[in-house]
Amino acid sequence: MKANPAGVLTGAHFLDGDQACCEGALAAGADFAAGYPITPSTEVVERFAARVPTVGGLFIQLEDELASSIAILGAAWAGKKVFTVTSGPGFSLMMEHIGLAAMTETPCVFVDVQRGGPSTGLPTLPGQADMMQARWGSHGDYAIIALCPNSPQECFDLMIDAFNLAEQYRVPVLFMMDECVGHMTEKVVIPSADAIEIYPRRFTSLPPAEYKPFKPSPDGVPEMVKAGDGYRFHITGLTHDEQGYPAMTWRAQEKLVRRLVEKVRKNADKIVRAEECDLEDAEVVVLAYGITSRVALRALQMARAEDIRAGLLRPIVVWPFPEKRLRELAERVKAFVVVEMNYGQMVYEVERCAGGKTKTVLVEHGGGTVHDPEQVLTVIREAAR
Amino acid sequence: MSTAPAVQAAINPVEPFLRSDRMPHIWCPGCGIGTTVNCFSRALVDSKLDLDKVAIVSGIGCTGRVAGYLRLDSFHTTHGRAIPFATGLKLANPELTVVVYSGDGDLIAIGGNHFIHAARRNIDLKIICVNNFIYGMTGGQVAPTTPVGATATTTPYGCFERPFNLPFLAESSGAVYVARWTAFHVRHIARSMVEAFNKKGFSFIEIISPCPTLYQRRNKLGDGLDTMKLYKQKSVIKNGANTRDVDIAFGGEIIVGKFVDIERPTLHQTMDQQFRQVLKDRYAGLGGRG
Ligand SMILES: Cc1ncc(C[n+]2csc(CCOP(=O)(O)OP(=O)(O)O)c2C)c(N)n1
Ligand code: SF4
Ligand SMILES: [Mg+2]
Repeated sequence: MKANPAGVLTGAHFLDGDQACCEGALAAGADFAAGYPITPSTEVVERFAARVPTVGGLFIQLEDELASSIAILGAAWAGKKVFTVTSGPGFSLMMEHIGLAAMTETPCVFVDVQRGGPSTGLPTLPGQADMMQARWGSHGDYAIIALCPNSPQECFDLMIDAFNLAEQYRVPVLFMMDECVGHMTEKVVIPSADAIEIYPRRFTSLPPAEYKPFKPSPDGVPEMVKAGDGYRFHITGLTHDEQGYPAMTWRAQEKLVRRLVEKVRKNADKIVRAEECDLEDAEVVVLAYGITSRVALRALQMARAEDIRAGLLRPIVVWPFPEKRLRELAERVKAFVVVEMNYGQMVYEVERCAGGKTKTVLVEHGGGTVHDPEQVLTVIREAAR
Repeated sequence: MSTAPAVQAAINPVEPFLRSDRMPHIWCPGCGIGTTVNCFSRALVDSKLDLDKVAIVSGIGCTGRVAGYLRLDSFHTTHGRAIPFATGLKLANPELTVVVYSGDGDLIAIGGNHFIHAARRNIDLKIICVNNFIYGMTGGQVAPTTPVGATATTTPYGCFERPFNLPFLAESSGAVYVARWTAFHVRHIARSMVEAFNKKGFSFIEIISPCPTLYQRRNKLGDGLDTMKLYKQKSVIKNGANTRDVDIAFGGEIIVGKFVDIERPTLHQTMDQQFRQVLKDRYAGLGGRG
């Protein structure tokens, strides 16, 4: 399906990442958002609040992040394409409803413009320390998909992918920006609507008597309905059977939760996406994402100038993680150098994929500003030795 | 269902509204929640609403299980968040009659902030609060409705905090319809529910209801039947009473009735009107693009 031209601001623009993220949501067809103000993410919903009444749909500022993160789920079950936007403390408050979205297989996008933490931390300055929270933050077992843009252009492009993935797999998709990407202004080219591919909601064509809300299609994803169409369906956060009714047994748990996890796990090859740079002959593979990947790229150029054979692997989809590719590389490279704005998060994934076959070095940073490329270069030099 | 609906209706008029494939329900003998569900089913019949356009949202608790037993589009959400879920549902499809059916702890303790803000906005939701003065589902802990002096598992020496007066809270937050009944007043409850269905705006019905297993027993108030007798004896109908004056003291009288029934523009109306006025022909409507 092609995008509805109503929301698509075709042309070349100068936008910051937050604004581009909003335009991506509109182009994807988002027609409902709820939010609660928090730096450095508020600009996304401010723009949405201004734009959406002119293209069709609505935004509402609610009393807190608990409310906004569940109001979008209510709207999704009335047929809307929905998202919410937050940072830091607000992201923590939304965790329970990421779990509810996963459990009820509600398509939705959660944007987190990461800032320095923990707690109130550095409200106006960048961080990348919510990466594990994005994956594991809600209680219990579930799977999500997370994307990580490194430019305003990608904030636009990947937001469309985020909505498409949410619809295709019926999972919450987490859009992991950072303050730098959110607040940097660059050229953003928005294509025409007919060049934007939209994954439509997987509405059932079965009549109510034959429809079971949680009976999976062959790819593990059930078909959806919306309130008001006569299906009289039930949705619960309790463990449930295919009818959607509570089922308090280990068997029901095994059947449901395994499927929730495997929807993403078994389709990981189709979902993972990474950008590669100079990996053909690389001895040292630098892994970085979001704004940090741009610093890492600079360090890479400096390393190449010194004839160090370094390359870059940038996960664009961070969850699921590009495991297979890392395992392949682990067979032949001297080291993985992980650059991230935290004291070690995605590095654990890299280390796991390295499986002891190659060494893994972390270039850590507490956030508040980006790494110094020199610092990264020093580690690359060391690793190449 | 193997029996024809018409035959079942002859046996029990609420049967068609229940998910009979989910029976038996989890509620204890003598619990008041089931009584309120009967009233609700009666109100659905009397209101002649198109049931395909009625959605019910519950939070978590014994009362929170109501959504799961009704043959409607039904949502069992998270503890305290039924109102914001319903807010999203209603804003996204204003054609739906959206009912929130939950407990006192769910709506007023953990969900209290959403309650007052939804009332302030006057979003068109029908809130049914089963107030058993206790957290039933988790085993009888103190609630923000527990009267001073009543005991609960976490106030074993008696509750020492002033409880909320729910009708007053609802009215002062902006509700356009406020009523309170006890589980004894089945006809009144059903009638109030019909009125709330027909009302545009934030409507609130409090139903004082027994939790014999936890509240009544611990407080030596007898069983479900004794409680019904007590409700009959202690309740005083005062329609139009000032909500300031309807506090409930332990062992005291229970003032019931319809307290508030006023008109005020709903959230949808004020939102739509504002955009219409300011954006004029640039306004594309709230309907979305799906
Ligand atoms: C976030 C969260 N905290 C606590 C609980 C545990 N819990 C479940 S129901 C409940 C209280 C229910 O009380 P009430 O809303 O009055 O419903 P009742 O069971 O009395 O009908 C609590 C505290 C929960 N499910 N979620
Ligand atoms: S514990 Fe109390 S509120 Fe819960 S079902 Fe039993 S009697 Fe009803
Ligand atoms: Mg209660």
